[in-house]
Amino acid sequence: MSWRSRQDRLKAAPTWAIAMMVAAILFPLYWAAVASFTPESQLFGQVDVVPTRLVLDHYRAVFGERGLGTAVRNSLVVAGATTFVCVIIGALCAYALARVPFRGRTLVLTSVLAISMFPQISIVSPLYLLLRELRLIDTYAGLVLPYLTFAMPLTIWLLVGFFRQLPRELEEAALIDGAGRFRALWTIVLPLSWPGLATTAILTFLYCWNEFLFALCFTLGPERYTVPVAIALFRGQYQVPWGQILAGSLVATLPVAALVFVAQRRIVAGLTSGAIKG
Amino acid sequence: MMALPALSVIALIALGPVLWAVWESLYLHDLRMPWLGRRFIGLQNYVEAFSDPRFWGAIGHTVAFAAVSVTSELVLGLALAAAVDSMMRGRGVVRTAMLLPWAVPTVVVGLVWRFLFETPGGLMNTMLVRSGATPPIWFADPLAAWVPVVLADVWKTTPFVALLLLAGLQNIDRTLYEAARIDGASAWRQFTAITLPLLKPALLVALVFRTVDAFRVFDVIFVMTSGGPGTATETIAMYTFSALLENLRFGYGSALSVIIFTVTFVLALFAIRLMGRRALVEPSS
Repeated sequence: MSWRSRQDRLKAAPTWAIAMMVAAILFPLYWAAVASFTPESQLFGQVDVVPTRLVLDHYRAVFGERGLGTAVRNSLVVAGATTFVCVIIGALCAYALARVPFRGRTLVLTSVLAISMFPQISIVSPLYLLLRELRLIDTYAGLVLPYLTFAMPLTIWLLVGFFRQLPRELEEAALIDGAGRFRALWTIVLPLSWPGLATTAILTFLYCWNEFLFALCFTLGPERYTVPVAIALFRGQYQVPWGQILAGSLVATLPVAALVFVAQRRIVAGLTSGAIKG
Repeated sequence: MMALPALSVIALIALGPVLWAVWESLYLHDLRMPWLGRRFIGLQNYVEAFSDPRFWGAIGHTVAFAAVSVTSELVLGLALAAAVDSMMRGRGVVRTAMLLPWAVPTVVVGLVWRFLFETPGGLMNTMLVRSGATPPIWFADPLAAWVPVVLADVWKTTPFVALLLLAGLQNIDRTLYEAARIDGASAWRQFTAITLPLLKPALLVALVFRTVDAFRVFDVIFVMTSGGPGTATETIAMYTFSALLENLRFGYGSALSVIIFTVTFVLALFAIRLMGRRALVEPSS
């Protein structure tokens, strides 16, 4: 954080300009939210920025006949399981990379980062053939496994950054007292770095919740669709069911919006400290 | 030794498949025609790709999309970052607002922007008609179809780019600006002589990461245009997807995968070189 002089702040942007900026960023989301409560017949052609009549029809349809509840459950299970596995295994690995000196550490770290930038489409074909061979297409495990390919490098990369910020002295004291590396990790590093662990878990969960390509490729039907796949594949008989699509979109957005509201400071810190993955 | 579990998972599940894709790309493997079996055909899948106009079209679309959207994101992101940097209060609110587009699922972003541009009667059309313009039928026009796609991508990622650049801006020593002001430097001169050079590393990192990301664009295209009209908005990831999962041509699709992988990998290595020691070596040294 830098020190700022009073004069520097005199030229600050006026409040109304900032309010305009925030409004411009948020408007598409606001518009979609309003539309999701608007009767289908009034969705097009009208430009009432403040709605006059709100209905819950689309939400009833989405959770009723469309069965979006199943998709929400699928997303929660897959994203939750992936996050859990990644944080547990990733913590071990990240600790080693952050603290235990060994040859080729920089190379390992570089490849972790490189793997996190893999285009997912380039491993769809082998993963599909592999999952088909293992009979895991259209199962939870058949999604968690592919998700590890992008979530694991992300977790490791973030945790290495957080572990490095901890003071070494505490662990060194424990090591001198005869504790092993695992014990030092378990009794000192992990309890001290819970904010980092929480941030990592939140970001990993976000990426898994939002993932689309793998879920589209490796599931076959509504029983296993995740939320993004389910709403992307909503079809009407004669026309696009916009009300339902937008209601589903709002359902998909609510959990991530909640996480952003609760943890925005931590998320920004995590993103700008090391992992730069759009 | 402690790193072994995670690293072997990575090796197994990320590096393994890439090698497998290379191997698979040397075969004629069509799941729709299982009686043909899986015949070794050497580099023929690559020959087919490089002589296929649809492949070159997809490459062209991807490069154009990346160029336009990444440039807009960097310019707008820098402006946004500078605006937030000069704010006295309300940063928390703005930061939350900036983080939301980044956190919203890409599929949702695509759907919402498609809704805004839906013809007839979408918000964009209604507004354009009221102001006397005749808007195109967005998703039926090969060129106009790109407008909502690029806007959706810019809306989603500009705030994120701004957050990255903001971190860079806040690291610039304020006294430099004061010294420049005392010497009578204009605001523009301060920007070109202090802000830009000191922000160069952050800008480069944002540039390369966003380019790698734009090169694999899929979600937005899939939900907004499915590559249409015709193949006018088909990107390389979209083309590969349809070769693999719609036409079930696994040999050919794998060859396309390897090509995408090679290009992005070169870009990624370049990115990591740029970040260099700063990110990989411990901060204490």
